[in-house]
Amino acid sequence: MKILVAVKRVIDYNVQIRVKEDGTGVVTDNVKMSTNPPDDNAIEEAVKIKEAGKATEVVAVTVGEEKAQETVRKALAVGADRGIHVKVDGILEPLAVSKILQKVVDKEKPDLVFMGKQAIDDDCNQTGQMLSALLNWPQATFASKIDVKDNKLEVTREIDEGLETIEINVPAIVTCDLRLNEPRYASLPNIMKAKKKPIEEIAASDLGVDVSPRLEQLKVEEPPKRKAGIKVANVAELVQKLKNEAKVI
Amino acid sequence: MAVLLIAEHNNKELRPFTLNAATAASQIDSDVHAVVIGQNSADAAKQLSELPVIKKVLSVEAAHYENFTAENFAPVIVKLAENYSHIVCSANTFGKNLMPRIAAHLDTSQVSDIIKVISPDTFLRPIYAGNAFATIKSNDAKKCVTIRPTSFDPCESTGGSAPIEKVDASEEFSNTKFIKREEIKSDRPELGTARIVVSGGRGMQSGDNFKLITEIADKLGAAIGASRAAVDAGYISNDHQVGQTGKVVVPDLYIAVGISGAIQHLAGMKESKVIVAINKDGEAPIFSVADYGLEADLFEALPQFMEELNKLNTIQK
Repeated sequence: MKILVAVKRVIDYNVQIRVKEDGTGVVTDNVKMSTNPPDDNAIEEAVKIKEAGKATEVVAVTVGEEKAQETVRKALAVGADRGIHVKVDGILEPLAVSKILQKVVDKEKPDLVFMGKQAIDDDCNQTGQMLSALLNWPQATFASKIDVKDNKLEVTREIDEGLETIEINVPAIVTCDLRLNEPRYASLPNIMKAKKKPIEEIAASDLGVDVSPRLEQLKVEEPPKRKAGIKVANVAELVQKLKNEAKVI
Repeated sequence: MAVLLIAEHNNKELRPFTLNAATAASQIDSDVHAVVIGQNSADAAKQLSELPVIKKVLSVEAAHYENFTAENFAPVIVKLAENYSHIVCSANTFGKNLMPRIAAHLDTSQVSDIIKVISPDTFLRPIYAGNAFATIKSNDAKKCVTIRPTSFDPCESTGGSAPIEKVDASEEFSNTKFIKREEIKSDRPELGTARIVVSGGRGMQSGDNFKLITEIADKLGAAIGASRAAVDAGYISNDHQVGQTGKVVVPDLYIAVGISGAIQHLAGMKESKVIVAINKDGEAPIFSVADYGLEADLFEALPQFMEELNKLNTIQK
């Protein structure tokens, strides 16, 4: 079984986001960037499945500008076998990314495609579902447990009401929740080894996909600030304030 | 053209956030139709027909719709979409799973998780865990929009009498099979709609210690929430998680206990009307959003809190 894992480069989850003064977006210059956190879980799961002898190859793919390749290199350092970098400038909408990934799937013919359930920058939560629609494959979104059984997967999904278990036939798409596993850190020797693993570069423009934007971002602004609160001295004062001042209990 | 709302239900009744999504749909266009897809879901269809904002109900029934699989739902909605300008659904796990599958089939760029309808083609949505708000204009002919339910009031639930029209089912998608759903049943209010939420974090130190929170929640008629750290540590099940990748809650009162206040947690609760933080670390970021902060050891503060509540003559429910 061959697993393709899609990874995205985003502003690191620990960075305090600053909105640009001209309202065109958020500040990304000199800001720490990392792999989208649940994409790390997707890579980890694919590598674990390979280590368990149930997959033969793990291919990491990213779609983005020059520096997006860092995320593929990181995936190689934690166990992916080779990488693909679809080069494109600017920000793509999830629909465009899923169309590009569809072309990559057509070429690579993986049995499984894994990715994070949501990117923490645009918070769209769309790409995996869109890709499975375009391929007409089953989709197991928000996965917190994956059991590989021959040509099927049994997947536990996190849903609002609790947990749901489904069985999907391969080929299939799985989008990963943060609780799926604990991503490993890359060791220094593996980081060195990863530098020798191949990354194929493809220009998005060569894929014959319409990636033109359908959405216009008219403005990006800071959310309204909460007014500063107070510290109370003890529990009695807290309960009194809630009862008589905020009138919520 | 009218707006099509996808109802979320459990075959017996509507899920409450369908009413919030109906409000958002009616702000896009006053002509709102709603589709209920299920198995033996006539009661849910009837309930939907009684919402005054809904002008027509479409009902699709088949055995393969019983468990709400997106692969089965999407083709029906894609076919119906011909007659509609917008497809609308709640941005909870049901809608998040389903809508992009529809949007891709329609070759539409979805607008996810909107918190405001500015005009029929322009919407406000949070990005970066709510640390920025983006105003997005959709230039697609058909628009697929998921709405953040807590940002819209629920619509009136009685007084309407929309006609219910049967629609043919589409074929079953055979490569996905539902196995089971483990719902955590509780007598407490639902986390997403509760007036008061009491949440615990890593500071609770164990699942057993959550009983300190449970007691207070019972006393206040509150739902119980948790930070991702508490869920990851196994103190409490995933359906309690509040945050960027969990649930977004907007209660009248949110009490955060032993929660440091990571950006990802704040994303799920900082719109609450009144926020209380109880934490022994006075520098914890949760205090920056709290209206009332108590710097204290939660294992001392929570029993005292219970004692003080017991002293009150009345408690609002």
